[in-house]
Amino acid sequence: MGAGHAHPLYLDQASLVHRLAPEVKIVATVLFTVVVVVTPREEFAAFAGYAALVAAVAAVARVRPLWLLKRATIELPFVLLAVVLPFAGHGERVTWLGMSLSVDGLYGAWNIFAKGTLGVLASLLLAASTTTRDLIRGLDRLRCPQVITQIATFMLRYLDVLTAEARRMRIARLSRGHDPRFLWQVKAFAVGVGALFLRAFERGERVYLAMVSRGYTGRLPAPDGSTATAGQWAAGAVVPLLAGAIAMAVVLR
Amino acid sequence: MTPSLEVRGLHYRYPDGSVALQGVDLSVARGERVALLGPNGAGKTTLVLHLNGILSGDGEVRVGGLRVDPSDRSGITEIRRRVGIVFQDPDDQLFMPTVAEDVAFGPANLGLRGAELQARVDEALTAVGMQAYRDRTPHHLSFGQRRRVAVATVLAMRPEILVLDEPSSNLDPASRRELSEVLRGLPVTVLMVTHDLPYALELCSRSVVLDQGRIVADGATIELLADSDLLARHRLELPYGFDPKLAAAQLAAGG
Repeated sequence: MGAGHAHPLYLDQASLVHRLAPEVKIVATVLFTVVVVVTPREEFAAFAGYAALVAAVAAVARVRPLWLLKRATIELPFVLLAVVLPFAGHGERVTWLGMSLSVDGLYGAWNIFAKGTLGVLASLLLAASTTTRDLIRGLDRLRCPQVITQIATFMLRYLDVLTAEARRMRIARLSRGHDPRFLWQVKAFAVGVGALFLRAFERGERVYLAMVSRGYTGRLPAPDGSTATAGQWAAGAVVPLLAGAIAMAVVLR
Repeated sequence: MTPSLEVRGLHYRYPDGSVALQGVDLSVARGERVALLGPNGAGKTTLVLHLNGILSGDGEVRVGGLRVDPSDRSGITEIRRRVGIVFQDPDDQLFMPTVAEDVAFGPANLGLRGAELQARVDEALTAVGMQAYRDRTPHHLSFGQRRRVAVATVLAMRPEILVLDEPSSNLDPASRRELSEVLRGLPVTVLMVTHDLPYALELCSRSVVLDQGRIVADGATIELLADSDLLARHRLELPYGFDPKLAAAQLAAGG
């Protein structure tokens, strides 16, 4: 489908994962993440198992590891917080390379790092194999309130329009010699943001008028298309079930 | 035959007290293409918004014989089907993630579903020559293509009358010509709001001039454009070097 190229996280290709209905993938991702989060942090083997699952899904979806890792850097700010924990933690301490580290803090850091990374990778795989539009459609089929899916639809459509508008306004400012380098020169930018807000607001009104003119009465028509089959649900259940099995295995051991 | 559009004694005053329309009378026969000319601020857009009941003033508007009455909910749905308004900025009109979904929005609001809905979408996109772009994101199309898709979004509702607000604005000459070819091929009544006088001459044999909320002239487009006093009185101007008589002769010869 040619609709995906506005979306930097989507990989436009064909695979088993790409073909799954969006609602199946959303549910599978959420369940997988829940299982990861409730796993006790000391169960290292379980996390290795989860990582193997993520790697397997990535392989089936034909997503290259480097592509995933580059985009996973979004979690770096959280990892930075995790790095502080071993130094700041209380309780029993160990010495490593001359540094005194808190055992509890080390576990805490591992907890954030492992669970965060797995969650980010699972979301990235969902995004890589599903267009934004399909994600919204999936949420809609999962009975997500229409207010939320409608807002997401409009955001998706008008974000680009607003970005382009902001860019044109910036170029027009620069063309008239505005050269903001210092904080006290920010006024023109701030006024520009205000103007952009007003334009967005007025556009909202015009869009609404155009919608009413085409018979809009407050509900968007339900998107057509087949919903997920039992087979798709079964295929989507494989990953969360395996993750659940791993969790049960390590906890009951 | 009942006219496609009939407006009688329409008055409208904005909530802030400024008068926009003061007694508009206009009748458009079925299949006719009429240009609504007027300077900025003449009340053209205000008049357009009365045609499908978004604004409502004193007076009467009938579309294909049916009276526009905003308090009648089911009636107003039918009115909005009959009056297809193409707004000036296609980005205001095209809001769905893909072209096909956007074209489907209007007919889906009318209750069409499934194969019937898809047939409507195909029909409308074919009429404007945009069938190949059905799965594209509107934002990635050129301005001219977006304007054509905007026309398709209302054609899909099979309107009685197509109302175009400044259809030629911001189009390059090639897109402008392509749009005029599309419009000429449509078997539908057209009311075209514009101050692009050559475009009015090219597409509409009849024109009406709206100024200060009143219809001040109504007649053959060529007659109105040749009347330089009339144009000057109502802030209408032909492009530099444009000779309406010559253009009309060329148009008649070229078909």
